[in-house]
Amino acid sequence: MTAVHRSVVYDWLRHDKKFPHVWCPGCGLGILLGSLVRSLAQGGYDKNQVVLVSGIGCSGRLPVYVDVGSVHTTHGRALTFATGIKLAKPELKVIVVMGDGDATAIGGNHLIHAARRNLDLTAIIVNNLTYGMTGGQYSPTTPLGAKATTAPYGHSEPSFDISALTVTAGASFVARSTVYHVTQLDQMLSQAIAKKGFGVVEVLSPCHTNYGRQNRLGSQVEMMKSYKKQAVRMDRWDKLGSAEREGRFAIGVLADHERPTFWETYQGSVDRAQAIRKEG
Amino acid sequence: MAAGTSKAAGKAAKSRKGQARLLQGNEAASLGALAAGCNFFAGYPITPASEITEYMSREMPVRGNPFIQMEDEIASIGACVGASLAGRKAMTATSGPGFSLMQENLGYAMIVEAPMVVVNVMRGGPSTGLPTNVAQGDVQQARWGTHGDHPAIVFCPSSVAECFELMVKAFNTAERFRTPVIFLADETVAHLREKVILPAEGDLEVIDRRRPTVPPDWYVPYKTDGSLIPRLADLGEGYRYHVTGLVHDERGFPTRRADEVEPFYARLFGKISRHFNDLMLTKQYSMDDAEIVLISYGCTARSCRAAVRLGRERGIKLGLLQLLTLWPFPRQAVEAALAGRKAALVPELNMGQISREVKRVNDGRTQVIRHSKMDGTMITPEEILGRMREVA
Repeated sequence: MTAVHRSVVYDWLRHDKKFPHVWCPGCGLGILLGSLVRSLAQGGYDKNQVVLVSGIGCSGRLPVYVDVGSVHTTHGRALTFATGIKLAKPELKVIVVMGDGDATAIGGNHLIHAARRNLDLTAIIVNNLTYGMTGGQYSPTTPLGAKATTAPYGHSEPSFDISALTVTAGASFVARSTVYHVTQLDQMLSQAIAKKGFGVVEVLSPCHTNYGRQNRLGSQVEMMKSYKKQAVRMDRWDKLGSAEREGRFAIGVLADHERPTFWETYQGSVDRAQAIRKEG
Repeated sequence: MAAGTSKAAGKAAKSRKGQARLLQGNEAASLGALAAGCNFFAGYPITPASEITEYMSREMPVRGNPFIQMEDEIASIGACVGASLAGRKAMTATSGPGFSLMQENLGYAMIVEAPMVVVNVMRGGPSTGLPTNVAQGDVQQARWGTHGDHPAIVFCPSSVAECFELMVKAFNTAERFRTPVIFLADETVAHLREKVILPAEGDLEVIDRRRPTVPPDWYVPYKTDGSLIPRLADLGEGYRYHVTGLVHDERGFPTRRADEVEPFYARLFGKISRHFNDLMLTKQYSMDDAEIVLISYGCTARSCRAAVRLGRERGIKLGLLQLLTLWPFPRQAVEAALAGRKAALVPELNMGQISREVKRVNDGRTQVIRHSKMDGTMITPEEILGRMREVA
């Protein structure tokens, strides 16, 4: 641990919240937590102006460790609470941490509408392909054929591609990375947080305790290393044929464009309403 | 404002006390919210509450405040809780199906103690039920809808004027007690148009939540003084604290320690129950010499008032106790109303949701008779008087 990293941890993590954290040894959420606070420190954000919002699940327990305003909400609904916070105080930097089940199953509707509205929020979606906290049931990102405690004979459904889904729904910025590619993850988070508009970072993170065990994917270290083989940088991904893409996924920035945010377009309504009322 | 009145005269009238207007119940409720300081609205269209959402969509931008139509009612109440924690006075408005969807986040608002107002304009249920008809079937849902044991504050207007007055009361109560408050109207009152005398702006008491006065380093978010109501810091004001729907300790961090869980619940209930007397609002009509008492609320109380008048013309000494607060149930007022009467009749548009409560507190004082109607129409004064043969 470098001196810089130590100071980031000291500055950005709560001193009155006891460690160790709640996650299983080897879980990627601790790596994401480190990456998030490094990105916040690097961006020079004021702790008083940052609000972290989460839903329910393993990822829901992340904000409590960070020394900012932190709101642990209900399952799937984190984005709705974040919408209220952001509209109430547009000057705040509001970052939402969700899991794959949280964001794309129970909260799928809120995800696509937040992306469509282009609310100036950052959504970090931790994708571990399963419901970890409840014991390894299948989620919308569980691959076809994989085992889960609710798919003991193999999963019968195809899976969602979270990044593609949010690109289509209209997010200003979408990137995918993994907890193995930490340097890249720091960059992706920094970019998403700085981005004006709805920014999404899909973070692949292993759940060896539930998903890995049921699917015989080895130890947490082996699962972590498998990301090295499976993840392909965007520039190389574009050149791969469909056979070569099998069992792999692209990492990097999938979408980055400028679009007015909800608050900006709403100001147009405010101006028109006030002009009409003035005319009487 | 009377037709033909000039704009200048209208403005002058506005500044005088007691501005008379012809308003719909939903409009009066919206105006009441604005008068009480509502500066955030999130909602989803639903009959018979849409007029409130539409009204707010016109008024919020004029004031530079946020209005948003969310993707569903779950999102609407979620946005309201978020806005409330960030310092806004938030409201959402819905009807039965949407109110059902809101129940989980209503419990969240309760446990994190986020002040806000939830309007439920009752229509026929369950499910899609009778979307454009009147009913009073959500009375117990308003009390017990969200899971887990919890307190509830529910106000119910019978007139357009009460829509305004009770809405101001609802916001003030939410802010004072740091809790969500339910404004439970019904289709008839919400769509009714009546003359209302609105109070002048300066004449209204508007209560704001208590915010911390200590510096951020000293702030313990759920520590309370004798009031049992913790001070609420707006998110983003330097008070970096944790909010969670898990049972939490004074610092806001999750706890399962029995010695912290028990005081948490005791405070959640206690902050409301120790002020029951301020919350239980009722009105009495011709009660002094009444032999038979009607106990009612919402649109049905209007029929009861007519029945009292008609009944007395026919020599039946009727009186009415109108409940403006449904929860906490105004036990003392009901006990007093029951004592020494020949009988009590409880007319309502459900199978006996309030008559059950009246029977519970009656304790042998008198004979309590339920009068239920569930055909999508109001109970008429004549129907009420028709029951008098049974008790007279």
